[in-house]
Amino acid sequence: MNPIIALVGNPNCGKTSLFNALTGLRQKTGNFPGVTVDRKSGTMRLDSQTDVRIVDLPGTYSLYPKSPDEQVVLDVLANPQSPDYPNVTVVVADASNLKRNLLLFSQVVDLGFHTILALNMVDVAEAHGLELDDELLSERLGVPVVFINAKSGEGLDNLRFAIKGELLEHAERPKPTYPLTRISRDFIEEVKDKFRIDNDYLALLMAGQSQKLRFLSQEHKGQLEDISLRHRFEQTDFQAKETMDRYALLGKIAEESVRPKNNVRPKTLTRQLDRILLHPVWGYLAFFLILLLIFNSIFSLAEYPMDWIEAGVAALSDWVKSVLPEGLLTSMLTDGLIAGIGGVVVFIPQIAFLFTFISLLEESGYMARVMVLMDKLMRKVGLNGRSVVPLISGVACAVPAIMSARTIQSRKDRLITIMVTPLVSCSARLPIFTVMIGLVVPEKTVYGIFNYQGLALMGFYLMGFVSALVSAWVMKKILKVKDRSFFVMEMPVFQLPRFNHVALTVWNAVRAFVMEAGKVIVAVSIILWVLASYGPGDSFEKVEQQVRTEQPSLPEEDLKNEIASAQLEASYAGRFGHFIEPVIRPLGYDWKIGIALLTSFAAREVFVGTMSTIYSLGGDDDTDTVRNKMRTEINPETGGPRFTPAVAFSLLVFYVFAMMCMSTLATTYRETKSWWYPFIQFTYMTGLAYVAAFVTYQVMV
Amino acid sequence: MATRNLSQLKLGETAVISGFRDTHLALKLLEMGCLPGTEIRLTAIAPLGDPICLQVGGYTLSLRLDEAAVVDIHE
Repeated sequence: MNPIIALVGNPNCGKTSLFNALTGLRQKTGNFPGVTVDRKSGTMRLDSQTDVRIVDLPGTYSLYPKSPDEQVVLDVLANPQSPDYPNVTVVVADASNLKRNLLLFSQVVDLGFHTILALNMVDVAEAHGLELDDELLSERLGVPVVFINAKSGEGLDNLRFAIKGELLEHAERPKPTYPLTRISRDFIEEVKDKFRIDNDYLALLMAGQSQKLRFLSQEHKGQLEDISLRHRFEQTDFQAKETMDRYALLGKIAEESVRPKNNVRPKTLTRQLDRILLHPVWGYLAFFLILLLIFNSIFSLAEYPMDWIEAGVAALSDWVKSVLPEGLLTSMLTDGLIAGIGGVVVFIPQIAFLFTFISLLEESGYMARVMVLMDKLMRKVGLNGRSVVPLISGVACAVPAIMSARTIQSRKDRLITIMVTPLVSCSARLPIFTVMIGLVVPEKTVYGIFNYQGLALMGFYLMGFVSALVSAWVMKKILKVKDRSFFVMEMPVFQLPRFNHVALTVWNAVRAFVMEAGKVIVAVSIILWVLASYGPGDSFEKVEQQVRTEQPSLPEEDLKNEIASAQLEASYAGRFGHFIEPVIRPLGYDWKIGIALLTSFAAREVFVGTMSTIYSLGGDDDTDTVRNKMRTEINPETGGPRFTPAVAFSLLVFYVFAMMCMSTLATTYRETKSWWYPFIQFTYMTGLAYVAAFVTYQVMV
Repeated sequence: MATRNLSQLKLGETAVISGFRDTHLALKLLEMGCLPGTEIRLTAIAPLGDPICLQVGGYTLSLRLDEAAVVDIHE
C-alpha cells in the first residue's frame, strides 16, 4: 500500500492548487470537479521507488464541522480505520493570514499526525509588507515548515523532501501544542481505555462530537455520551475556551515569526472591484451581463464544433455501412452504437464551455460575490446565498451541483436546494431544446442581434430557473425541518484564474461525462436497437407479408421502407410505445415519441439518440441528420408534419420539468441518506412536467 | 449608551468585538478569528442592505445582518 498524504487547510488557502500541482493528470476524481466537497485523490511520485497517494480534503477552519463538507475532514482524521487515514498530514496555510490558519494546524498536530506546515501565498504576505521567518516558525511549532507557491510550483521539491523525511521510520511525531489541563484526566483516560486509542485530543473530539461521527455505531455513541455526562463534560464551553486559548497561544508564535517589513499599503484591488461588483446597480448589471455572455458564447461558439461532430458521426456511419456487408451486425453498429455514441459526443463542446465558465467564476473569487449579491433574494424563497453555486452549476449538470450544496450549513436550506436544483436546465436537456427549437422556431434575427431561436432557448432556461425558485418557496412553506439558516462566509481575494486549472477542471468534467453518461447511453442504445429490431414470435414475417400483399404495386425501394416502419411498429419497442400511447396522447405524442420518453427515463440525454435510432430503423434515408428526419416525419392522421409547434413545445415544456436522470436521483439519495427525497423529487417534477405539457399542447393545438 | 452590536456599524467604521449573544454562532465566528478584542471594520454592504462585508484579521468576512446582531462591540 502506498503511503497516504492528506492535504488539509482553511477554505481559499490554495489547497486544491497544491493538489493539482502535485498530482497533475494522475487524479482519480469519481466526482465532478468544482469546489472540493468530497475527498479527491491522486498519486504523486516521491522518488524512483515510492509513489504516494495524495488525498485532498475539503477546506475547514477547525476540526469542529458545521457543514457536511467539513464533516468529511473529521471523518477521515478521527478514524484510524478510514481508508484515507493519512501517514503524513500537510496543513496548507495562507501566509498572509497566518494566525487563523494555525488554529486548524494545531488541532491536527494534537491528533498526533506527522505534520508539515506548507505556507502558501508568501508572495501575497510580502506584498502586504509582512516578512516570515520559517526557521523560527518551525522551531516554535515543532514541525517542518515549507514555503510553497502552489500556483508557480515553487517550493514543491522542498515539500516532497519534507514528506519523505516524515515517512522515515524514525521520524518523530510533533509534541501536542495545547495542554488539556482544563479537562479531567479520568475522563480522557476512560474514553481512551474504552475505545483503545492512545491520543488525548482524539479522545476528546470523539466524546464531544460522538453524534457527528459516522464511523461510530449507535452503541458507541451512547457509551461516549454516557461518559461525557458522568464527567460533566460541556462540549460548547470547552470548544469556545479551546478556540480562544489556541488563538492566544498561536497569536504569540505568529507575532514572533511574522514581522512587518515596512509600511506597504495592502493591495486594494479587491476592495475597488467589490465597490463595483457589490454596487446596487452596477453589481446586478455586471452579474446579468456575465450570465448573458456565458449563455451567448455557449450557444454561438459551441455550434461550430458540434456541427463538425455531427457531420463526422454521419460520415463514420456511412463509411461503416459501405465497408461492412449489409446485415444484422452492421445495423447494430450503425443504427444502435454509432447513433448512440454520436448523441453523447456531440454534447462535449457545450459541456466544455459550460465548465470553463463555471470554473472561471469559481477561481476568480467572483462566485462568492454572487452569493452575497443574491443571499437576500434567495432567502425570500427559502434558499440561501450559497444555493447560487448549485443553481448555476446545475446548468452544466445536476450531479455535481447537488453535491456542491454540501457547503450549505443549514439542513433545511440544503434540502430545498437539493430538491429544486434539477429543475435548472442541465446540459443534457440542451440537445433536446436545440433539436425541437430548430424544428419549429424560425431562424430569424430581429433588431440585428436577437435571434428567435436563441431567445426561445433563453426562455426555456428562464422557465427552469423560475420554476426552481417557485418550488423552493412552496417547499419552504411545507418542509417542517427546524433549523436556523446561516450565511457566515469568508470572501476570497480576487485573483486571475489560471489556465491549467481551468483546463484540468474541464478535462475532468468532460471525461466524467463521456464515461458516465456514455456508458448509459451506449447500453440503452444497444438494448433499444434489439427491442426495435425484434418482435414477438413471427410478427416481423407476418408484417412483411401483409405489406407486400396490401401494396403489391409499390417499387421495391419504397416497399422496403414501408416494411421497415411497419416492422418497427410491430417490434417490442413499438409495442411499448403503443402501450403507453393513451397516457401521452393528451400531450400530443405518438408511440414513436413514447419510445423515446420511456428510454430517456433513465437519462434524458438518450432522447435524441433514441429518436435517431428509431428514425434510422424506420426511415428511408440513413445518412440524414436526426433533425431532417424529424422534420420530414408525417403524422398519418393529419397528413401534416408530425412535429407541429404544439407537439414540439409540449415536448420542450415536458423536458424542462421532467425528472429523467437516474444519476441525479442516486445523488439525491446519497446526499440526503433517504429514499424519501429522491422519490418526492421524481414525483413532483414528473407531475409538473405532465401537467405543464398537457396545458401547453391543449392551448396550442 | 446601550451596547451596540455589529449590525449597527456604519460603512467604513471600525469597532472592537466585546462578546457574543449566541453560542452556536460564537463558536463559528471564534474559529474564524473573531475573538473578543479583535478590531473589525465594515467595508461593504450588499445591494439590498444585507449581507454585509467586514474586514477582520487580514481577510474579509461576510455576515447577514441578523448574524452580525449577535456580536457586541465597543469603540
